[in-house]
Parts: sequence; structure tokens; C-alpha cells
Amino acid sequence: MEKKFEITDLNLWYDAFQALKNINIEIPKNNVTAFIGPSGCGKSTFLKTLNRMNDLVEGCKINGKILLDGEDVYGDIDVNALRKRVGMVFQKPNPFPMSIYDNVAFGPRTHGKRSKHALDEIVETALKNAAIWDEVKDRLKKSALSLSGGQQQRICIARALAVSPDVILMDEPTSALDPISTSKIEDLIFDLKEKYSIIIVTHNMQQAARISDLTAFFLLGELIETGDTDKIFSMPKNKKTEDYITGRFG
Amino acid sequence: MRNKFEEQLKELNNKLIEMGAVVEHSISTTVEALLKQDSGLADTVIEDERLSDAKEKEIETLCLKLLLHQQPVASDLRIISSALKMVTDMERIGDQARDIAEITKFLEGSNFIKKPEDIEKMAVETRKMLKESIDSFVNRDLDLATNVLKHDDVVDELFMKIRKDLIGLIRENPANGEQALDLLMIAKYFERIGDHAVNIAEWVIFMITGKHRSGEILYQYRKY
Repeated sequence: MEKKFEITDLNLWYDAFQALKNINIEIPKNNVTAFIGPSGCGKSTFLKTLNRMNDLVEGCKINGKILLDGEDVYGDIDVNALRKRVGMVFQKPNPFPMSIYDNVAFGPRTHGKRSKHALDEIVETALKNAAIWDEVKDRLKKSALSLSGGQQQRICIARALAVSPDVILMDEPTSALDPISTSKIEDLIFDLKEKYSIIIVTHNMQQAARISDLTAFFLLGELIETGDTDKIFSMPKNKKTEDYITGRFG
Repeated sequence: MRNKFEEQLKELNNKLIEMGAVVEHSISTTVEALLKQDSGLADTVIEDERLSDAKEKEIETLCLKLLLHQQPVASDLRIISSALKMVTDMERIGDQARDIAEITKFLEGSNFIKKPEDIEKMAVETRKMLKESIDSFVNRDLDLATNVLKHDDVVDELFMKIRKDLIGLIRENPANGEQALDLLMIAKYFERIGDHAVNIAEWVIFMITGKHRSGEILYQYRKY
């Protein structure tokens, strides 16, 4: 499997608190990788290191190496370009208070795309790839906030796709959604992995088992076990993994 | 939730032990009925088979409920899926004990062409295999489960011996043929019971190791 990210000896502190301890993992291309673990285990923190979202957090100190296609994410790199390559979708749908069209066109415009024809095409493709085009094509000028939670989340995914990223980070993208919207997003994730590498943080074990190819289990800032999802959920190697996924703690 | 789940897993364990006891009892009763040529005893085996069918249904229902309610993973998933597979084999053992009982009823009143002592040995061995396979499930005992696999060779050898003896008896006197066929059928049913006990043990091994019929484990315990 071709690797997208290669993380070596990664440590992260929020002031004196060490949130990530010596993380080593390779994340493959065109796969879905799930991060699981109890609240506060560091999985979301780790996700945010991958596109340097933690740069904005005061008192955050990082050492170790994160390579994206061989390039050092914390080296001499344009952070905006990095975040264009590594998009993110959050737990709570957070469309901008503007039209559906403008939400999706926001990224490309920021990156200098101005032609209406080009933007129309980008918006349509992104909305189609986010499996929401048919539901919104007749009301692109309406506010994105008028949509349901599940639709808003897919608009946010379309917004992430519009800047043609390589990687999409998803932090509990369906935890605020009903089962039908969840199922649509899960189907979407399955389709998206053909073109993108997807990393998802989820508290839903069944979701991790359903949609991911690889699973990484975090506990108290440490990466305890990583492996094929089918293996992790049928025969985990580490007792801590077993205890967590079977609900014995966490 | 985990506490309730633990209770339900215990209930599953107990139900498997109960069903195991019913089926074990069928094996010993069916051979006793044969040796004594006792139709009444054979009838109790036929009754027991209905009981083991009912137990199988109960266990299947519990397993499906657990799958639905708990959406188990890891060892929980392996326990429940193994239990679902094991009960099918246990139920088949009950069927075969009944099949033997039916032949026994048919044989009533006729003199044995040969004292069925090897068939009795098969019954003892297969009952032991069944008991050990269920004990290995209950105690999560990998050694005991693999022991069942080894033990199957003893049952197979007994079957081949009985078959050879019966061929000899038919050669001696073709009139022995009819009963020889009945006894051969009975021996074959016991041989199949041994195979079902092996299947159960293989699911126990899966439950413990996550590997089903893995060459590595079979090689370790059997000289394939």
C-alpha cells in the first residue's frame, strides 16, 4: 500500500500536559483510516497535527516528524497550501452563513479562482461528489443554514472537496446526525476513498468497523494498536484494545 | 450495559451446558438401548431429540438477540458466532442419536450377529469428545479443544475395525447381511457424531484464537 502520511516519534504538549506520546504510524493512500479511543485519548489532537490545526493553539509544542508524500509537514511549507491538500470536516456541521453556492465556492475563490464558468463547474462537481447535488441544485442561492443537519454536513464535505484536496480529515462527522444522514455520509466516505485518503475519528465502534480499512486505537496519548480493521474488531492483539472496543472501559 | 451483557453471556454459557447435557445423555442412552435391545429406552432418545431441538432454538434466539442488542466485537463476537455454529452440530448429534434409536427399535428381539462391544466403545469415545468440546467452550480451554481433534482418530479407527468385522461376518454367512448393514449404519452414525464433536471443538478454537481450521493449529496438534 502506498503511504500518504508517515509519522515518526511524534510528541505533543499543551503546556506541561503531554497529549501525544511517541506516535509512530503510516497512513496509506486511498484508504479509510479510523482513529478510535476514549475521550481525551489524543485522537482528535493527532488528527489536527496532520494539517497543523494545532498551530493556532497557544502553548502547543510538537516534536517528531510528519511526512505527507515524503514532505515534512512541520518543515518549510506553506501552511495554506497544506490545508488545501489536507481538508477537514468537523463534528458539528459548520456551513458559513452564506448561500450553498458561496459556501462551496469559498475555498476556490480564496485560492484565486474567479471565472464564473470555472467556479460553476467546481461547485457542481463538489456537490455531486458529496452526494448532495440532486437535493440542492435548484436552490444554490439559498442559505446553507436552511438545510438539515445531514445536508449541511454534506455541504461541508463539498466545501472541503472543492479545493481538490488529497486527504480529508473527519472529526466525528456523523455524531450529530440521524441514522439516514449517517448512512448517506458513510456511503459517501466509501465512494470518496477512490480519489482521496480519508482519516476519520469516531466514537462509534460499528461505524469504524463498517467503513474503515485500517483502525488505530489511542489511549492516554499513546497509540496502542493499529492494524486491519477486520483484525482489530475480530481479534485485537492488545488486551487494552479488546477491553475498549468491547465496552469494558472507556 | 456491560454488566447486563456479561449476564447474558453467562446465560448463553449455561444454555450451552444444558444442551450439551441433553445431547450427551442421548448418546449414552441410545447405546444402552441398543445393547439391551430396549425399545422403551430408545423412545426416550427420540423424546430427547425434540428437547435438543428446542434448546437449539432457544440458544439461536438468544444469540440473535445479543447480536442485535450488543453489536458485539472482538472476543464477544467470536463467542456468539461460535455458539451459533456449535448448536447446529449439537443438534445434529441429537438427530444421529435418534437415528440410532430408530434402528435399535427395528432390531428388537433379534440375536446379535456379533456383540456390539466396539459400537459401545465408539459411544464412550464420542460422548467423551462431545463433553470435552463443550467443557473447552465453557472453560475457554484451547488444549482440551485440540485434544478433541486428536481423539477423532480413535473413533475413525473403531469404525474401520467394525466395518472390517462386519464384512467378515457377511462373507461367513450372507444371511448376516441385513443386520450387518444396520450395525454398519449405527457405527457410521457414531463416526459422524465424532465429526460433529470435532466441528464444535474447531469453533471453540476459533473463539479462543480467532483462527478457524487454521493449518498452523491443526499441524501443531495433528500429524497432517
